[in-house]
Amino acid sequence: MIRDVLFTLKAPYRDPLQIVGFRFGKGEKACCIVGAIRGNEVQQQFVCSQLVKALKGLESRGQIAHDNEILVIPSAGASYSMNTGNRFWAVDHTDINRMFPGYDYGETTQRLADGIFRQVRDYSYGVQFTSFYLPGDFVPHVRMMETGYQSTSLANLFGLPYVVIRPPRPYDTATLNYNWQLWHTNAFSVYTAATDQIDELSARQAVDSVLRFLNRIGLVRYHCHNGYIASVIRENELVSVLSPTGGVYLAKKMPGDEVVRGEMLAELIDPYNGDTVARITSPVDGVIFFGYHQPLVMEHAVIYRIIKHAHV
Amino acid sequence: MLQTVVSAALPVHERLSIRKNRLAPATGDLLGLPRLCIVTGTHGDELEGQYVCYELQRRIHEQAEHLTGIVDIYPAANPLGLDTITRGIPMFDLDMNRIFPGGDDGPAAEFLAHALMEDLRGAACVVDIHASNIFLREVPQVRLGENTVDRLLPFARLLNTDFIWVHAGATVLEATLAYSLNAAGIPALVVEMGIGLRLTPSFGNQLVDGLLALMARLGVWSGETAPIKPPIESVDGEVALLSAEGPGMFIPSAMLGTQVERGALIGEIVDPLRGEVVQRVTAPGSGWLFTLREYPACYAGSMLARILLGGAAF
Repeated sequence: MIRDVLFTLKAPYRDPLQIVGFRFGKGEKACCIVGAIRGNEVQQQFVCSQLVKALKGLESRGQIAHDNEILVIPSAGASYSMNTGNRFWAVDHTDINRMFPGYDYGETTQRLADGIFRQVRDYSYGVQFTSFYLPGDFVPHVRMMETGYQSTSLANLFGLPYVVIRPPRPYDTATLNYNWQLWHTNAFSVYTAATDQIDELSARQAVDSVLRFLNRIGLVRYHCHNGYIASVIRENELVSVLSPTGGVYLAKKMPGDEVVRGEMLAELIDPYNGDTVARITSPVDGVIFFGYHQPLVMEHAVIYRIIKHAHV
Repeated sequence: MLQTVVSAALPVHERLSIRKNRLAPATGDLLGLPRLCIVTGTHGDELEGQYVCYELQRRIHEQAEHLTGIVDIYPAANPLGLDTITRGIPMFDLDMNRIFPGGDDGPAAEFLAHALMEDLRGAACVVDIHASNIFLREVPQVRLGENTVDRLLPFARLLNTDFIWVHAGATVLEATLAYSLNAAGIPALVVEMGIGLRLTPSFGNQLVDGLLALMARLGVWSGETAPIKPPIESVDGEVALLSAEGPGMFIPSAMLGTQVERGALIGEIVDPLRGEVVQRVTAPGSGWLFTLREYPACYAGSMLARILLGGAAF
């Protein structure tokens, strides 16, 4: 394992921000794995740290393929935000993951994105542990932008239950995943069940899924169970359930739960008198894919996304 | 007439409402009258548009008999952002000006954006007023995407700004309010002026003169209008961007809106801990300084100034 400082940014009042990468094996730039880009992506960073540990062990036992390099970046510019309790770049609240491919003469976060992208853009495979722009939890899945370069069969090699294809919105075009694909890297975003808290079980599953993927594309020798044969779903096929009003939010179903049409999903409570102001039921039979997880909710928030069962 | 454009319940006994004030002739049928819409406050840290909303209405009220069309004024597209000095929508990751045209089955923010967009349909013109950000001060300017120049330039020239900047489009900007309106066939102009968290009444008054001229062109106003000065017009290639090379405090030397000569000192970045100048920032060519950093703390990449090379000062 080689520990490299990939990019350094000096600050007026703090230690320089260093983006650190861990290289395993030598040779072709085979796979790059990126963890936290935002300051609250603690789980994503943790997963990468566990991956570094696992790959270190594999390398010491000679289980990394010759002539291939795997680069792991646990924190791609997120440490400054993480150390000050911010999700985004604390100075101007910009999101590094909306700045790719970056610009070396641009604003600070554009330069950070440029510095990161120069290091990661030439790899054949790119894996990013990331978080969604809505507060909530997912069933573990691999997400890909529909750029024309995406490969669902490769995504299946992670052995996670679902592969989601998302048609890119304009704001997606500046993400790492989208730009990786434009540079002909096979790019995958892996979502685990947590973001700003450590979920060890989910982290273990995420590490296993990446090692399984690396094993199946011939980069490491790693033996584990086969995982799932993923269901491939398009994001616009998910059924959204919106909150009908505001209040205290009590979820009754969690990501991964099976639900039937008419079954109670959540309850909204008046924050002052405790009365139930709404009971939200499932509009379809299916599996909960995404569940909102804040204690308070406003009207029209997306509280669930459900994978609708196809009835034959 | 005050109207609620869209509203949604917040968690604890409050509603988030986007509101507008409709000014219209006191008598007669409004059907078929041309309508100008003024939108501002999409970014909650930009307040310059608030003064414009006030001053435009004050002047219209003074001569209400000259109002021949409809003026809809939306001072707060992002009311919670304005209330909490937050650029975006509190508790929502995406910039409100990156989610248009929104959708009625999306998250709450996209639902609000969609409702605002729908309310603006049918307008003869929309003016979306911004105030840079909290770091940079800008002279009054209209920003146009290359693909809208032919249609919008005649309107933009009426707005009495110092500058019209035609810039190349970026995919990420396809989700702005102005882009979405123009794509839907509604002429929409973006004005940038002043700086975040402050009001600059002189800039506001200048723009209000322009808005009345635009109203006259659209058939919304029959009263007198002030003379409109012709703006400088430019494209991207003529603009020099000056950035910090490293961290420190920027101390400006030049004045915003003035002509600078090649090599002239724009400012210095200093290190307060060591008492040293770490960067002397000079003009790469002669031109007109139309953006200048006001917030002193810098990182590498922090924008310090923009100069329109070859541009003439007023």
